[in-house]
Amino acid sequence: MSDKILTRMGDGERLWMSASEVREDIAAGTEDAARRAKIPQLSEEEQEKLFEIMAEPSRAVSVSPGEEVIVTDDGGTMSFYTCQDGGGVGVPLSRMQAILTYERACGADTTSMGHSDYSYKPVKPIINFEMNDYYNTSMLTTVPFFYGAQPNLGLYYQPDGPCPNPGDLMPAGKIKEAQEAQELAAEYLEKDLVFVGKKMASVGCEGLNLDTSGSAGDADFLAALKGVRRLKKELGHMPIIMGSANEFILGMHGAAKFDDQRLAGMYPHRQVKVVEAAGADIFGVAVGTNTGESVAWNLARTLTFVKETVRVADIPVHVNVGMGVGGVPMLEGPPVDCVTRVSKALAQIGKIDGL
Amino acid sequence: MGMHMAHIMSSGMGGLRTAGDLVAWMQISRRMKIGDAKEYVARKLGIDVLDLTNEEVMRRTREDLGIGIITSVAGSPKGIRAKIKIAELLEIPINSVTLFKSQLGI
Repeated sequence: MSDKILTRMGDGERLWMSASEVREDIAAGTEDAARRAKIPQLSEEEQEKLFEIMAEPSRAVSVSPGEEVIVTDDGGTMSFYTCQDGGGVGVPLSRMQAILTYERACGADTTSMGHSDYSYKPVKPIINFEMNDYYNTSMLTTVPFFYGAQPNLGLYYQPDGPCPNPGDLMPAGKIKEAQEAQELAAEYLEKDLVFVGKKMASVGCEGLNLDTSGSAGDADFLAALKGVRRLKKELGHMPIIMGSANEFILGMHGAAKFDDQRLAGMYPHRQVKVVEAAGADIFGVAVGTNTGESVAWNLARTLTFVKETVRVADIPVHVNVGMGVGGVPMLEGPPVDCVTRVSKALAQIGKIDGL
Repeated sequence: MGMHMAHIMSSGMGGLRTAGDLVAWMQISRRMKIGDAKEYVARKLGIDVLDLTNEEVMRRTREDLGIGIITSVAGSPKGIRAKIKIAELLEIPINSVTLFKSQLGI
């Protein structure tokens, strides 16, 4: 094996690193995650396994037979027909055609559809269109077919929404007012999640995906948890994936609690327990990629969070591994060499249930 | 699409090509972790866990059970017809199947 390893930075830039540099980055990445979340580092054996994956000379790498995991997606089928903003390649396909192509030509384990804005709030005015498309397509799909979107609490703040904007209130020192604005917005969001979920359930929806929960902070995550709990209670059988937005929940509110647990600052191994308690069936771990560090550093860091989350989880854990998360470089077209290394490492070392 | 295809090729189960959809149904329906879901599906199919991702075995198995195959054959089950069989085979509720059956009055 050559001492020089061709790899990349978190922004996708290709570079040669020595074996010792890669090992040092792996050690530093796992140490960073362990220190922040107060969880164990990867063992020496696991770090060496990750090094071997990073050092494989092949362009693409893969797991061994029997180690495969489930691949879910967050609007992946939209990438066929949407534009650059959604990572789309702009092929003139209908939604149904894209979904069936993904299922049958790509061999996807599950498929999904969502509104092009990919947030729950804008779905409300066009809910009948979404229900119609979902129902028609579900008659033709065979693999599990999800309806997905982001909770996206930010859409409820002025000027886009009805609530005062905490981003304006906090710099003015109006902390209590900012908290109240987030609490009101979270109530609206919870109602919208339940509204859309129930409407989709009425046309036989096979599963909902609440993707990137907590993107606007702890109140966003709280609304998603409450929405999941209500949907599970009121709908009976409705499979739900709840994915997070980051490795820790931003404390934009600071005091938001679910089942008496403060959400701000929660890392994935604690996030999964509240997601379980809410009733979700799959938890999606998200770990941001640091563009200024190598893929080895980022992947070691991701694995450290993921390994502990999988260890404590009672539900399946699927890791978010799109552009800029999970160790995948922040690049419009994520390089195959890195994506497959992330995939293999998470399956073999992270012991995940899916991606 | 680059990342989706790369993940599917690197570590995915293969969906309709193999038994990926069946294992996924168990994860979302009964919150089964990957190992338990694979064992459950393999037991229901009467095959080894290793063969869940073996196209040569799964093509024949899926055709025999009428649960949908990757290629399009006139008259062969796919979509809701296949999902009715999948729900029965795995003993799980599938909401689209429940609705469809209620519409048919069965």
